[in-house]
Amino acid sequence: MAKNLRTKGSKFIDETTRVCFKFNGNKYFGFKGDTLASALLANNIHLVGRSFKYHRPRGIMTAGSEEPNAIVQINDNTAFTEPNVRATEIEIYEGLEATSQNCWPSVNFDIGGINNFLSPILPAGFYYKTFMWPASFWLKYEYFIRRSAGLGKSPKFPDPDIYEHKYIHCDVLVVGGGISGIMAAKISAKRGLKTLLVDENPNIGGSTIFQNSKYYKINNLTSSSWLENEIKEINKLENLTIKTRTSIAAFHGYNFLLARENLTDHLSANEKKNKVRQRLLKIRAKKVITATGSLERPLVFNNNDRPGIMLSSALKKYADFFGVACGEQNVLFTNNDTAYETAISLDQKGIKVNAIIDIRENSNSELSKEVEAIGIKIYRSSTVVDTYGYKRIKKISVMQLSTDGQSVKGQKIFINCDCLGIAGGWTPAVHLFTQSGGKLDFNEEDQIFLPKIYPSKQISIGSCNGDFELDKIINNTLKILKEFLEIDETEYDNIDVSGTRNLNKRNIWLLPSDKILGKTKPFVDYQNDATAKDIKLALREGFRSIEHVKRYTTTGMGTDQGKLGNMHALGIIADTAGVKMSELGTTTFRPPYTPLSFGTIVGRNVGEFFDIFRKTPMNDWHVKNKSKFENVGQWKRAWYYPNGNESMHEAVQRESKAARESAGILDASTLGKIDIQGTDASEFLNRLYTNSWTKLDIGKCRYGLMLNEDGMVYDDGVTTRLDKNHFIMTTTTGGAANVLAKLEDYLQTEWPELDVYLTSVTDHYATISVCGPNSKKIVSKVIPNLDLSEDNLPHMSFKNTTIDNIKCRVMRISFTGEQSYEINIQANYGISLWEKIMESGKEFNITPYGTETMHLLRAEKGFIIVGQDTDATLTPIDLQMDWIVGKKKYDFIGKRSLYRSDTIRDDRKQLVGLLTDDPKEVLEEGAQIVANLNKKPIEMLGHVTSSYYSPNLNKSIALAVVRGGKNMLGQKLFIPMENKSIIVTIVDPVFLDKENNRLNA
Amino acid sequence: MFLINCPFCGEREQSEFKAGGEAHISRPKQPTELSDDEWAEYLFMRKNIKGIQFERWNHSHGCRKWFNIARDTSNDQIKAVYKMGQKPPVI
Ligand SMILES: [Zn+2]
Repeated sequence: MAKNLRTKGSKFIDETTRVCFKFNGNKYFGFKGDTLASALLANNIHLVGRSFKYHRPRGIMTAGSEEPNAIVQINDNTAFTEPNVRATEIEIYEGLEATSQNCWPSVNFDIGGINNFLSPILPAGFYYKTFMWPASFWLKYEYFIRRSAGLGKSPKFPDPDIYEHKYIHCDVLVVGGGISGIMAAKISAKRGLKTLLVDENPNIGGSTIFQNSKYYKINNLTSSSWLENEIKEINKLENLTIKTRTSIAAFHGYNFLLARENLTDHLSANEKKNKVRQRLLKIRAKKVITATGSLERPLVFNNNDRPGIMLSSALKKYADFFGVACGEQNVLFTNNDTAYETAISLDQKGIKVNAIIDIRENSNSELSKEVEAIGIKIYRSSTVVDTYGYKRIKKISVMQLSTDGQSVKGQKIFINCDCLGIAGGWTPAVHLFTQSGGKLDFNEEDQIFLPKIYPSKQISIGSCNGDFELDKIINNTLKILKEFLEIDETEYDNIDVSGTRNLNKRNIWLLPSDKILGKTKPFVDYQNDATAKDIKLALREGFRSIEHVKRYTTTGMGTDQGKLGNMHALGIIADTAGVKMSELGTTTFRPPYTPLSFGTIVGRNVGEFFDIFRKTPMNDWHVKNKSKFENVGQWKRAWYYPNGNESMHEAVQRESKAARESAGILDASTLGKIDIQGTDASEFLNRLYTNSWTKLDIGKCRYGLMLNEDGMVYDDGVTTRLDKNHFIMTTTTGGAANVLAKLEDYLQTEWPELDVYLTSVTDHYATISVCGPNSKKIVSKVIPNLDLSEDNLPHMSFKNTTIDNIKCRVMRISFTGEQSYEINIQANYGISLWEKIMESGKEFNITPYGTETMHLLRAEKGFIIVGQDTDATLTPIDLQMDWIVGKKKYDFIGKRSLYRSDTIRDDRKQLVGLLTDDPKEVLEEGAQIVANLNKKPIEMLGHVTSSYYSPNLNKSIALAVVRGGKNMLGQKLFIPMENKSIIVTIVDPVFLDKENNRLNA
Repeated sequence: MFLINCPFCGEREQSEFKAGGEAHISRPKQPTELSDDEWAEYLFMRKNIKGIQFERWNHSHGCRKWFNIARDTSNDQIKAVYKMGQKPPVI
């Protein structure tokens, strides 16, 4: 049915530029300036999708971002594809390809459509009630539901578009470029205030810009001509920035707003190449003026969802703005006067209006008289009881309304139509206001929610503030702005406006039919297929809170957040439950106002910029030597260095053996380092760590354990006394930032009297650890001037020295149990020192090892790793580290908690070693440990925290936490796995060299 | 996102700060003298009230100083900002 429904002469459409696009594979033409919706309507296409649950055919309903039905997939099967795009928003461009979504296999033949006939058994909560049981069937259901429901398809390839983030600071932000927004922007900018005006449409002017009615005059011009001049003028204002195609996604507290600025979605593939597609604007405004307008309400009646049924205001916009007739036989259905404006507009464009069905008993306004004079038949006190036509409306049936509006009477008449415009009054767009934390007030007279309490410096003007008549909009806008901007006069003080409107409205939330409710389909939420029936069912089943009804019926939970139907849902609940709307309240509107793509949210933070990472000074060497890397905190750490095709296991076994049998070298630069100075430094450490620090000699190192006040292990590391009032503390790699923050917290808030200064010096130094029986020989080659004797440099001591005149510190500390030297040197010398040591160690087969081998070696010695073997529920006593707790110390952080009734229990989880009966069996970290496999439910005693195959002991070893494990030495326990149970024995956690002989080998 | 008026740097974005829980809970001078209940009171019990709450905040991505604020938790309005060691203002 190729037809051209374009009327002539819209100045908003460039009829000289024809644009070719594809919809569902077919080629169509539109004009530059068309949205996909207006171009489709001009081609007489209404059917664009299927509804979510019943798969009913659905058509274009609106002309704006509130569209619930006409959501399409753009550029399917390409990396640029995007689902859930509203056809009413996307502007057509050469080569645009759009497809219907939520229909399979096609929009004209849709398998899910069978749900429509099954709908008596698909009531509210059906999915919850049915598919949850039996649980094992869920996977099966899910496949079919996803296949046939699915709201669009996500792209299969990385998004090739460019996005960015931008911060904007302004004095005044005006949201919405309708008549009141434009006036506000001008008044603000003219007063020297840095002003930003945003509008989601490609042009500003709102609905006034195409309002040519003789009833609306400003300074003797039609309101549209007057506004055109205003727009020309504000375009010249220096203090004013206007951003179109920019929609506010979120309005947060303190006037912080997020907006999406759409830069290229309206351009052809060629034009948009290499350009930023969208910007996420982070706007901080001193004052916000919300002028978001209002949304027309549909009417809720039987079968009110057929393609061809649209909002009356949309019919008007398509005619007046796009020059498109939505139908050839139009009928309007209304509860107020705005449909009469539409009728006149359509008539002026030569678009036929067959009738107006008005549920009011009478309307004697000028408008209605004019409409009657044109010859349009008006059916007063009547309602549409049913509609006909499957893929496009063909006919409606109309009956008389009873006086109370709850039933119908009289004879049923039929009226043919191919388009039905419905007008149910207006809902102020208060979404952003409520997002910002604003409180609403229900206005009984107009049956609308209005802004009442503003949580920040903001104000609402125009129809989003409840003014629907031009004179009221302008006069109230001026009054409000004077107060809000603290000014005495405006540019518009002598304005002459005429534009009253008959606001008389008959509000019936659910219109009756001649059929009983159970046999009708009056849709409230089009996108999620929630009907008035579903809402009433929810109430019958006991749901009372509006938030619960919303979730149960899914009303308002679509991508449109129920912008059209929320008020009807509230109204039907209020009527049915016999409560007042004001008592019921409304559901929360959450950001984003319209969907945001992930690309916009992440901006430039993609790929390597997604999360920053830190590299050690020796990183290049690790890369060159084919190290595998592991992420530790923000660091990239060498994990293991495979030789050729070695597996991780093989590499780690080789590295571990080399470190114990000859020499290993580890990059330990990532360990946190905090420089601590001040006359109270040792006292400070004494309060931080569980052990005593006051008597540590200069030049000596000590291992310390740090607790939280709750007694649980927080971090550990070696701290060295460089001088009387100077220490250097090392922390775990991941814990460095938190430890520094904790130290600062105590110093600033609890002990400000202490004379202590902290500096983070983690990346000032490269740290190289050389260990193994040959480590001493290697270090003596690298630093020949340093006396490495036990007397001069015993275990747990340090010396300042030089290598080739470069200062460095050498510490005798060991995390492997081997004799070890840790050399700290200024970071930029790290790589040359590393290479020098490798060269000197060649004759001893010095082997670089990574974190995995380090973990294995320390596990052989039973040394814990905070965060792997501990999880903030273990005290030092639980870890069998009683030796490090200074019992004689008066106080330290966490001390008091170590003898709370809970922490002294015998049956706490405690650290133990585990040996498997089969020495080749390596346990899985995280595996659960049980004593009795037969008792159900099986009682978990603990879990494996570290597990390795030790090449030095030739057996599997593991650390674990086990309830009461300390007193279970020698006991056999079980580790149930998927196909077997592994038998383990509890042992001491130190597996190798209990006497610490190797430290001084 | 709030704006917080750091007493050392001035007004900055909330993302520069870290919240540190309820203010004016001093670490007991002699923890060992306390009963389990008294220690638990210090360790675990927090008010979490709806209304004006006194809170510790740290300018962690700025001067790294700790300070206190009085915040209305029902609408996030910050009624006062004051330095550590100062008495809470009467609000
Ligand atoms: Zn600061």
